[in-house]
Formats: sequence, C-alpha cells, structure tokens
Amino acid sequence: MTGQATDRTTVPRRSGRPNRLTRNLSAKIASIPMMLTAVVIFLGGTLWTVLYSFTSSKLLPRLRFVGLDQYERLWAAPRWLVSIENLAIYGIFSLIFSMVIGFVLAALMDQKIRFENTFRTVFLYPFALSFIVTGLVWQWLLNPEHGIQSVVRAMGWAGFSFDPLYDSGIVIYGILIAALWQGTGLVMCLMLAGLRGIDEDIWKAARVDGIPMWKTYLFVVIPMMRPVFVTTLVIIASGIVRVYDLVVAQTSGGPGIASEVPAKYVYDYMFQAQNLGQGFAASTMMLITVAIIIVPWAYLEFGGGRKRV
Amino acid sequence: MSDRGHLKKTAHLAEVPASWESGPRGARPRRLLSTRTIVVYGTLFVAAAYYLLPLYVMIVTSLKGMPEIRLGNIFSPPLEITFEPWVKAWSSACTGLNCDGLSRGFWNSVMITVPSTAISIAIASINGYALSNWRFKGADIFFTILIVGAFIPYQVMLYPIVIVLREIGLYGSLSGLVIVHTIFGMPILTLLFRNYFAGLPEELFKAARVDGAGFWGIYLKIMVPMSLPIFVVAMILQVTGIWNDFLFGVVFTRPEYYPMTVQLNNIVNSVQGVKEYNVNMAATILTGAVPLLVYFVSGRLFVRGIAAGAVKG
Repeated sequence: MTGQATDRTTVPRRSGRPNRLTRNLSAKIASIPMMLTAVVIFLGGTLWTVLYSFTSSKLLPRLRFVGLDQYERLWAAPRWLVSIENLAIYGIFSLIFSMVIGFVLAALMDQKIRFENTFRTVFLYPFALSFIVTGLVWQWLLNPEHGIQSVVRAMGWAGFSFDPLYDSGIVIYGILIAALWQGTGLVMCLMLAGLRGIDEDIWKAARVDGIPMWKTYLFVVIPMMRPVFVTTLVIIASGIVRVYDLVVAQTSGGPGIASEVPAKYVYDYMFQAQNLGQGFAASTMMLITVAIIIVPWAYLEFGGGRKRV
Repeated sequence: MSDRGHLKKTAHLAEVPASWESGPRGARPRRLLSTRTIVVYGTLFVAAAYYLLPLYVMIVTSLKGMPEIRLGNIFSPPLEITFEPWVKAWSSACTGLNCDGLSRGFWNSVMITVPSTAISIAIASINGYALSNWRFKGADIFFTILIVGAFIPYQVMLYPIVIVLREIGLYGSLSGLVIVHTIFGMPILTLLFRNYFAGLPEELFKAARVDGAGFWGIYLKIMVPMSLPIFVVAMILQVTGIWNDFLFGVVFTRPEYYPMTVQLNNIVNSVQGVKEYNVNMAATILTGAVPLLVYFVSGRLFVRGIAAGAVKG
C-alpha cells in the first residue's frame, strides 16, 4: 500500500531518481517467489552442488573436502565412460538427423501444400507425449519376438535382424530412433517458422536469376536462417544433455550398462547407491557440458552486439 | 498427384490471393508442378505414415487378446476386439505388490497438475507483470539468473531442492512436488508473460495509473483480462509439461503419490509375471491421452506455446 502511495508521487517510471527500498514495494513483494527461486534454487543450488562435488559425501552431504577425488573416480568408472560415449553418439546423431529431417519436412511443408495443418498435426503430436510413453511404444515396436523384426521375418526375409534394444553394440541407436520420432516435429515447426520469415523477394530474385531451388535453399535461405538454426541447435542440445526418462522407459540402461547416460548416472548415485559425491561430480560435469554449449551461443547472440531475428 | 489435382490446386490458389501473397514462392505454378508435387506429397505421406505408425500399433495392440499378440504381427488389425486390457490397465494392473491399476496414478497426476499449473501461472504472470511494468532496480538480475537457470540441467539442482523441501517438511508430499513444478516452470512462463505484457500498449497502463489503480488493481482488472490468450498458451504448456514429467515425480514423491508416468513405467517395466503387452499398451495410451487431448483440442495454440517455450530470449 505504501508502495503504491509513494509511487504515485514519482511520476516518470524508471526515472533516474535515487532508489528507495519502499519504491515499488508491491512489485518487490510480488517478486519474492522469483527472487527466491533465482537466488536460492538456481544460483545457490548450483553453487552448492558444485561445492559438494569436491567432498567425500556418501549417504549425507558432508563438508569433508577431498579435492578432485570424486572426479578422478568418475572418469575411471566404466559406467560413466559408457554414459559419456553414449551421450556423444546420441547427441551428434540426434543433432544431425533432427536438423536435417526437421528442415526437409519444413521445406516440403513450405511448398504451398494442401492439408498443411493435417500434416503439421501428424508430425507434431509425438512431441505432446512424454518420453516415458515414447520409450514404451518403441520398446514394443522394437521387441525382437513380436515387433518389426518378427514382422519382416514373417514376410519372408528370414535372416533379417533389427534388434537394437537387446544388442549392446547398437542399443543407443534404438533410443535415437525413438527420440527422433518424438522430437523432429518441434524442429520442423521452428524451421517452418524460420522459412516463413524469409522475405518473398529473395525467392523472386533467385527466380529471376535462374537459380535452381535447391541452390537457393542451400546458399541463400539456410545462411539467412542462421539465427533459427542456432536457436534450434541450442534447444536440441540442452535437451540431449538431459536425456533420462527415455532411457529409463526404453531400456533401463541395459543390456548391462550399454545404454547408460549421464543423467541416469546422477540419479542412480544420488538416490539409489547413496553415493552423493559421485552424483554431485557427475551433475557438475553435466553442467560443464551445457556451459560449453550455451556460453559461446549466448556470447554470439547477446554479447557480440548482433540483433537476433 | 494427377493433372487434375494440379489444376484444382492452381484454381484454389487463384481463388485465394491472400494466401498466395503470403507464401514464399512466386509465379509460374504451371511448370514442373506434377513431378514436384509427386515428390513433395510422396515424401510427406511417407513421413506421416512413420509418425502415425506407433500410435496405430499402440491402439491395435491394446485391443487384441494375448494369444493373438503371440501369434500375429503387431501391424495386423485385431481379429477380435477386446476392451479387457483397457479395464485391466485402469483398475487392476500391478506394480510390485500393489494391484489397483493406473487409476491411482491418474488421480495423483490430476492432483499434481491442477495446482501446479494454477500456481506456476499465477506466480509467473505476476513476475512478468512486475518485470515489464513495474521494473525495480535489480529486477533484471533476477530475471537473467532465471533464464540462465532454465538451461542448467535439473540434476544439478535436485539435491539442494531435496534438502530445502526436507527442511520445510514437504519432501515426499504432493505440495512439495507442486513447488518443484512451480520453480522449474518459472523461467519459461515468466519470459512468456514478460514479453506479452511488454507488447501491450503502455498508454493503458499509464491511464490506469492516472486513475489511481495500484499494482494489484492494474494486474487484476487490466492485465489479466487483456491477456487471456497467453494464459491459455501457458496453461497448455504447463499441463502437458507437468503431466509428462517423470524425473521430479520419482525424486520428490513417495510411492503412494507417484504420478501416472512413473506408475506406467513401473507397470510396464516390472520384472515380475508374464508380460501382458496389450495391457501395457492400453496403459501407455491412457497415460498419453491427456496431453494428446490437450494437443488436439488446442491446435495452433499448442504450436504457439512450444514455440514460445522453446525460443528463449
């Protein structure tokens, strides 16, 4: 109440007047949940986890520092190495495929087709489903006894073998298929929005110059869509690092440890194995991975003085 | 596409000059169209089939009896339609020793989703309002932390939140989970509302100020009524997001409060007993039904929601 009263007297908002604590008091009180979330959870929680990753915490967090011990142990653990390798394979392929498939679908959708809304609905509906549902459906489709493999064999190709979920060498590709099914619709939508943002005159000019369509796409449109690509890349990449539910539902990390991912390592060590230190160290590594992706992007997009489209 | 299709298409385009103008490509629709149309539509139909296939298989499998599943292939339609798997999935499927089906998870998810959606939207819209209209010194610092925090893997913040919830006695309860959803929904929703409110004409706000309305008065009487579409978008975003959550449900609740996704995973991936694929698929559809319903009903708003949620900054 006092905030409003004081405020009414300070006529121009955002003026350079000396700041008083009571100014905008209502707004400040209303923002308390946001401040708490930002400072206590996001900032405090992150720093807390990083700090405790240098301790020997086991069942309970304890401030007994052991330097980089947890990290040394982490990088010596076969399960972590498998997780990282899986994340790298999964990450690279899902980036490439979802970008390519998403862009191609968007380009096709942009050809003044009929039933555009129907197609969009079809391509995007998996995105509304949870990773658990996605994982379980694909677990069933890839079931070796009843799924795609058995159907193709029954059709006469007896030697056909497509059994990713029970073959530790290729299990991560089985997860990749499910992830692409779930996520490419979103990429398509973002790309389509980007394509719709391209000035029509560009197409006219390319036509007048007699440049074939694929060349226009490759050398004119795609470079023009750089911001869209970068944003999409960041979105997919930060989703990749988090991948967890899908693996839990589809394979539970198996066979053996063949489809483990870092997020699952963190969860298992924090809440199952009661080895908190390992969990903290692993989650800090995840944080670093994300930082490697985000910081250059943030710098390019916001720091370099360039305007985003 | 046949020649007739092509003719119809050009005729259709001629009728609607507006959509013709807005598209990216210019004139000359007569050339090449037939071959190109075949390629375009062919690829799109193949892709659509790939996207629809899992949904089809889910539905078909859930309507078959187990003997038929063991013998037949997963793509064949059911010879004898049975709804028993659905009944069983809903009311008597087992997770461990517990055999009361998915219904418990469903109601848990309802009890989680409804308050989480309401509270997170209320808080985030007020944040957005404060950030766009009542910006106080330092507000942008908090906002920046919030946005950066959206990119931090949840795993980093899980344990600190466990400690905080344990301190206030809410760890394991439904209210604890509601708080967690509110926290993690905050960055995107705040951004959404801030951008929307910033786009509203400032004169309205100024006029209300001159008329003596305060912080809450302007929010309730002007901002909320003027922003119903964005509230709907936020609701779509939150309902689907919270319903589909698995990680927070597993970490922050006790088994009796497990949301539907967690319970579904426990039913399907439980090692005991014979695998009943038809029940599993019925349970999977039931779990996916709510977000799918939201998706099909909301249509374009959903697209807008995910675009807003996805494109940060």
